[in-house]
Amino acid sequence: MYTTKDGKEIFVLDGHTHFWDGSPENQANVHGKQFIDCFYAYHTNLSPPEELWEKSRFEKYSEDDIYRDLFVDGPDDMAIIQTTVLSDFYKNGFGCIERTHEMAKRHPERFIVNGAFDPRDGEKALEYIHYMKETFDITGVKMYTAEWNGDSKGWALNDPAAYKCFELCDKLGIKNIHVHKGPTIIPLSKDAFSVDDVDYAATDFQNLNWIVEHCGLPRLDDFCWIATQETNVYAGLAVAMPFIHSRPRYFGEVMAELLWWIGEDKILFGSDYAIWTPKWLVEKFWDYQIPEDISAERGGVQLTDEIKEKILGLNAARLYNVDVAQKKAQLAGAPVQIAAE
Amino acid sequence: MLVANLSAELELEVRERLDAVTDPELDEPITDLGFVERVEVTDARKVRVEFRLPTYWCSPNFAFLMGFGIRKEVTALPWVVEVEVLLHDHCFGDEVNEGINSGRDYHEVFAKYCDGARLDEVVETFQAKAYDRRQETVLLGVQALGHGPADIVSMTLGQLRDVTFQGEEELRQKPRYLHLLEARGLACDPEDLAFPTWAGDEIEPGALSDHLARLRSTRINMEFNGALCRGLAKTRYKEVEIGPDGPTLIDFISGRVPLREQAALRG
Repeated sequence: MYTTKDGKEIFVLDGHTHFWDGSPENQANVHGKQFIDCFYAYHTNLSPPEELWEKSRFEKYSEDDIYRDLFVDGPDDMAIIQTTVLSDFYKNGFGCIERTHEMAKRHPERFIVNGAFDPRDGEKALEYIHYMKETFDITGVKMYTAEWNGDSKGWALNDPAAYKCFELCDKLGIKNIHVHKGPTIIPLSKDAFSVDDVDYAATDFQNLNWIVEHCGLPRLDDFCWIATQETNVYAGLAVAMPFIHSRPRYFGEVMAELLWWIGEDKILFGSDYAIWTPKWLVEKFWDYQIPEDISAERGGVQLTDEIKEKILGLNAARLYNVDVAQKKAQLAGAPVQIAAE
Repeated sequence: MLVANLSAELELEVRERLDAVTDPELDEPITDLGFVERVEVTDARKVRVEFRLPTYWCSPNFAFLMGFGIRKEVTALPWVVEVEVLLHDHCFGDEVNEGINSGRDYHEVFAKYCDGARLDEVVETFQAKAYDRRQETVLLGVQALGHGPADIVSMTLGQLRDVTFQGEEELRQKPRYLHLLEARGLACDPEDLAFPTWAGDEIEPGALSDHLARLRSTRINMEFNGALCRGLAKTRYKEVEIGPDGPTLIDFISGRVPLREQAALRG
């Protein structure tokens, strides 16, 4: 819960968080080391100095850490934890659903744990989707199209094998597909960050919600175009958020584009924890206004309190069928507990 | 060893030459971005250029393009006998280094990694983006000097050449914009229009604001990468130390993938 200066309580559903183990003990090879090192560079590059973490804590944080950072020190009421397996890089997976589920069951009222699958696994991917539904009752998945799998260094959402998986998701009620467009490596003839495949998948699977993380950046223009045409495409703000600190004008330009093109109902807050912590992001976001000259170029769009409330929680709550009033009452009856350390 | 002075001079010459190599995604010289880590000229006038990108995961096709760009520029120096280009700490580094130094044409090297397809389309797309970004800066600069839409869209190359800017970014981008205009054949004579689209079309006065909105979105994308790349290049191999005054970022060497040792082992 974020409480504004005038005492208003804002429901925060953090749409993009992780519970990872990137520690050297879990790294399978140099790629695993470089992967967490890259995340750490994002963290050190875009965090305010007072929010910086030491490397060892960043590589692997505890169940107490995540609970405290999100809900005790942080303003989150609930958080969606994304699964990112990266089994080619990490012995026991980077962020895997079993470990996350173990952590989350201490406070099930606060977490939504999403699954992940790799369509290139064929039949096994389909079996795995069944397993995740039956075992963890997932309602969403995270797709990382730049993930390596043997000789393959990336895939597209409109690959035939992916379509089979999405058909199954639709059938099983796994409605929310978070898409992370990382740099796909091969084929080299393609634009590695292209978001074109989202257009095909969203058109062909109208029942599914497609939440594109970092709002398609660095292909924001293509993304906005697609998300304007497709009613079921949403923008996740992970990675775009921290620019609010390092380059506030730039953040304003991104928000102005999103508000102008796709509108206030289709933008979802995400801290990308543990790359960044939600406390400072939400505080800065609540105090933020799009600079007037930037807003003027986009029909005067502005981040009003009402719009911020939607972005911080109400939009994601709608996608995940969270009844906000009921949830608030439930959480009020089970306030955050500070674990004895 | 070459006489130290001469060697330093030749290295400087190489570095200046490398200003012409840009990161296709950002349209910024790799020298400005801090990607060029080391330039070495041997007695036999062999040149070795070592470069490193902001992350291990930067798009390999662009790593290839930058590597080939380096090779091309350095080879063009008349005194150079041989060029070796080395990309460090990259997920596709071995393939990139092998390809660039093989002496083969870059299309041939690429073909191996993209089922025979060519990279031209991607290269073309990013040239267009570079053009848009340069044009936006110059257009906004001209607009800020008080020119109205009709005036701007009918401005000729000769007139634009005579415009004097004060802003740092306008001063930097104007020659780069003019260069691309001419290189692409979009405007060559002084009477040619100064602001055609990349496709070579005229902009109608009433369409200028839409045109500018499109250029802005191109810039927003490029700035996202630009800000990230510069920042990540700066923080790669740094770690946080929590001291009495709170966290600070320090150079951190011990966990770093050994740069020269690794190269020596491979070589």
